Amino acid sequence: MSRFLPLALLAGLVVLPLALGPNPYLLNALIVTGILTIGAMSLNLLLGYTGQLSLGHIAFFGIGAYVSALTSLGFDVEIGFGLRVVHAPWPAAVGFLLATVAAGSCGYLIGRLSFRVRGAYFVIVTISFAEVVRLVALNWVELTQGPLALTNIPAITLGLPGLGMWTLKTKLQNYYLVLAVGTLCYGVIARLVGSQFGRAMRGLKENEPLALSVGINATRTLTVAAVISAAMAGAAGSLYAHYLRIIDPDVFLFATTVSMVIMVVAGGKGTLLGPIVGGLIFGLLPVALRPVMAPEAQWIVYGLVLIVILFVMPRGIVPGLSGLLGRRSAPTVPVLEASPAVQR
Amino acid sequence: MDELIQHLANALILGGTYALLGIGLTLIFGIMNVVNFTHGALYTVGAYVMYLAVAGLGLNFFLALPVAILGGLLLGAAIELLLLRPFRGSDIDTTMLVMIAAGIILQSGTLWTFGGVAKAIPSPFPEAPLQIGPVSLSWLRLFVLGAALALIALSYALINRTKLGLAMRAAFQDADTAALMGVDVRRIYTATFALGSSLAAAAGALLGPVYVVFPQMGGLAELKAFAIVILGGLGNVTGAAIGGFILALAEEFGAGYVSSGYRDAMGFLIIITVLLCKPTGLFARAERIG
Amino acid sequence: MSAILSVEHVGVRFGGLVAIADLHFDVQDGEIVSLIGPNGAGKTTAFNVMTGFLKPSQGAVRFRGTCLDGLAPHAITRLGLARTFQRTSVFPDDTVLDNVMIGLHRRGAPMSRTSFRDALLGRSGAGERALRDRAEALLDWVGIADRAREKAGALAYGEQRLVGVALALATDPTMLLLDEPVSGMNASETRVFVRLIEQIRGRGITILLVEHDMPMVMEVSDRIVVLNYGRLIAEGPPDRIRADPVVIEAYLGQGSAARQAAAAVLEAADA
Repeated sequence: MSRFLPLALLAGLVVLPLALGPNPYLLNALIVTGILTIGAMSLNLLLGYTGQLSLGHIAFFGIGAYVSALTSLGFDVEIGFGLRVVHAPWPAAVGFLLATVAAGSCGYLIGRLSFRVRGAYFVIVTISFAEVVRLVALNWVELTQGPLALTNIPAITLGLPGLGMWTLKTKLQNYYLVLAVGTLCYGVIARLVGSQFGRAMRGLKENEPLALSVGINATRTLTVAAVISAAMAGAAGSLYAHYLRIIDPDVFLFATTVSMVIMVVAGGKGTLLGPIVGGLIFGLLPVALRPVMAPEAQWIVYGLVLIVILFVMPRGIVPGLSGLLGRRSAPTVPVLEASPAVQR
Repeated sequence: MDELIQHLANALILGGTYALLGIGLTLIFGIMNVVNFTHGALYTVGAYVMYLAVAGLGLNFFLALPVAILGGLLLGAAIELLLLRPFRGSDIDTTMLVMIAAGIILQSGTLWTFGGVAKAIPSPFPEAPLQIGPVSLSWLRLFVLGAALALIALSYALINRTKLGLAMRAAFQDADTAALMGVDVRRIYTATFALGSSLAAAAGALLGPVYVVFPQMGGLAELKAFAIVILGGLGNVTGAAIGGFILALAEEFGAGYVSSGYRDAMGFLIIITVLLCKPTGLFARAERIG
Repeated sequence: MSAILSVEHVGVRFGGLVAIADLHFDVQDGEIVSLIGPNGAGKTTAFNVMTGFLKPSQGAVRFRGTCLDGLAPHAITRLGLARTFQRTSVFPDDTVLDNVMIGLHRRGAPMSRTSFRDALLGRSGAGERALRDRAEALLDWVGIADRAREKAGALAYGEQRLVGVALALATDPTMLLLDEPVSGMNASETRVFVRLIEQIRGRGITILLVEHDMPMVMEVSDRIVVLNYGRLIAEGPPDRIRADPVVIEAYLGQGSAARQAAAAVLEAADA
């Protein structure tokens, strides 16, 4: 049953725009929600499956956005000693790939360096990393335009040799692009989690000394998870840049990390569907709340909802609901075959 | 040379309030094992209470300061009773998320109430700075340093010379044993959080008149407080006091000699460097395996 | 017979505190050796040194000729030296079967070859099935196959110990270190466990165990190594140890809890 749930959800999301009809406002909200949900899914890989609370996740998202934007816009900067780096614009699709690679590399760096520190220290290191990156984006004006923002970022163009090129300019096209990337990320995460690698991550989260004692390499496992997680966040950032066509250092705001954390925790960390459910709820909540309250008041509502969820369903909506519905009924215990060790 | 002395003086003045921020945060972590993500919001609230008391109610500047500290104390106690006590026994990540949520609520509440426009708190000190040789110091900043040092001394006395402080230190060593010895640990937690919060509010109330007051001012202050606490070692009060001055020095010299745009990045670079070079040396408690 | 594990003049100090002063002994291939001693004698510390969780302040440990100095715990496991833990011997939030499958980490490649589509649809591929079969066989072997679908954290204490043993065996060790495996087990569970230990040795696995249950130690061990205050005070077969005045003195010299243990030693001597 539950294996068809993701497919049903995907089918629903495919037909959703057709059901909505031409509604640019709602479509825009769905696209941004989708992009943030990809971010939340990537965060879930770290927070939910390895148990490492990264509160600097927005750094990877923002790095992806800037790398992608700069690749497709080109730049000309002096890097000191009279050396200049000049880069002519490349296609946006290349920017997307580079964004993924660049964010993944940063994930590797942060993973290698900071998994030696865990718990509260890890949280603070990741926040600091995001803040440093934001300050660089703000102050390296020659490269990033600083607070003036990078503008006129081109839309992504997809081409197949012999079949022609499409520039994804409309909201509908972008919606399906985001959906496709999201589905891909979901597939990768599902595969990872169901593999021995996923078990290694769970083992480390549940009982690290025991996991080490059965031969699991903690640094390697956590670093691989961080690389994949960061690369996905970078991909989401790239989508964001090419969809909005403008980015400024505010993409690095701590508040966006908090939104993603709320999506993951509310939906159910360590579950495949959790971040998607949480992402849809908290991504679309502003659409529902906007007519009735100011943005500040919305944030107050988010905060209260997060506290209530942590109190009522500490494991999140998806596990909470499946617990309520009794879906997790224990399978009947197989008949015991007496153990050779006990027999005799 | 003159420039160097001026930078040193500035760092000393800034360091006092940073130390206050750090001590509050490190107390709460050390005793309660809670990473307090409302610390920045409490700093903001302290500044706004000061603003309301001075600019709104026309209260005397020197009377408004204790009012702001009291405000932080009460708000901190309320947060502990309403939000932390029900979650006692949850893991550190859960309480961290609760505190993040509470921080968002406080910050958004401030923005909603006061709007986003920065406010200035009038100060009773003369505009003209005090000139000592080549160094010029504003009277307000000197007062801020004096008040911060007085509050640090007061906190030390409270922790080391009172019965409450003794119970706090016992809870810091081992909450279970302290409870067995008749310490009401729940009350200690409330007192600790209230005390830590009042120090954050005091820092806000002191720096508010120096700069301007705006709803997002706490965000950066909070991150700086983290940097200070990591420098000194989580849970180490003296370490936090020293860490405050080190961060102020790094910022002042970073801004003066490197680039003013990266002034605020100094703290984070320090965190990253310290943790990468000597992470084990900073751990407050070693974990035992098996 | 040759030494499979050599503990060579190992010392461990935490600041000024000496946990192990100078520990020196060998375990021969195929033996069952017990490490005993009063509380705080340094037994668990010794285990942590042998498995890479602690760095010794002096000396070294050799396993099958390889010096373990500087090796991480997971690397030591990969050499074939596995261990169990005293208190937390399972992954509490996973099922018993998944516990063992985590333990089979070294089997399938880190990312098993389940095809992308299969993983996406939640199906398990052939490699996954082979792992599952192997895990079930191991659970069957230690005698908790009927608990395979239950959450490990919900199991009784004694059963969690068995899961811990299955996990350690999943790494395909040539030597197994058991840290107080029968504490918290009742008499009949302990008897079953003693047979399990002999079965494990029957698979060619050398065993070193730390245990407080003296009758059990006397029954199962080929040789006993006695520690007190971080020092080796006696070594030999059970018969010699139970009559050794130094050992009895070590247990009697302690508080009332230790006195009980000493009584157990004497009782075992009578039996």
